[in-house]
Amino acid sequence: MILFWIVAIISVASALTVVLHRNPVYSALALVVALFQVAVVFVVMQAHLIALLQVIVYAGAIVVLFLFVIMLLSLEPDVPRPGRYGMRAGAITLAAFLGIELAAAALASQPSPDTLLPPDYGSTKQVAERLFTTHLLPFELTSVLLLAAVIGAVVLARRRA
Amino acid sequence: MNVPVDNYLALAAVLFAIGTFGVLLRRNVIVILMSIELMLNAVNVTFVALAFRAGTIDGQVIVFFVMTVAAAEVAVGLAIILANFAQRRTVYVDEVGLLRW
Repeated sequence: MILFWIVAIISVASALTVVLHRNPVYSALALVVALFQVAVVFVVMQAHLIALLQVIVYAGAIVVLFLFVIMLLSLEPDVPRPGRYGMRAGAITLAAFLGIELAAAALASQPSPDTLLPPDYGSTKQVAERLFTTHLLPFELTSVLLLAAVIGAVVLARRRA
Repeated sequence: MNVPVDNYLALAAVLFAIGTFGVLLRRNVIVILMSIELMLNAVNVTFVALAFRAGTIDGQVIVFFVMTVAAAEVAVGLAIILANFAQRRTVYVDEVGLLRW
């Protein structure tokens, strides 16, 4: 329970930093903190493989890509634009409503009887067995998606040549 | 070990709402992409928590797919941002109205 509150406070604070900080570099660095907190949640939930993938793929690849683009564009910090208080209030209201609604739905969901987890729950072997049997077709489609993304990114990025 | 699954579900809801807030509020398209990553992560937490509670492994497999889609989305999104910046010298969504009407 103590671990939960530590994770909750750090992740919410860093998520707010991502959203609210004017300098995108700080946003990206706060995103790393938030993603690490999510990895901690995965470890608590016995999803060890997913937690490792989280750190490698997100913190190791995606955030580096973000930082790379931010540096490439050499952005200056945002200046707040006056006279958008209506939109700002609307955004806050909508997001708060959504958060309360989702939290209420999550807390109201019927808890399934606590099944006894098998001792190897979340092991790489178990995840891989499920991935390569039941979910084999989506897994193969994933490779097509990644190929399309790579080709699309290359085509888009070298437009000016 | 006693894990408060419901609390983690509520935490995921809060993180998702913060991500939505960022998408609605910010003008910088890079920060909007980061907020979308936050929302995807909140959904991943929900998947893993519910899989943990139900005692099945499928939730973790789906998180694997979500991560793949997120990586592809970021790669293409950042390429679009770069191409757009090369033409218009801006990353602010309210200054890009090409597809608006």
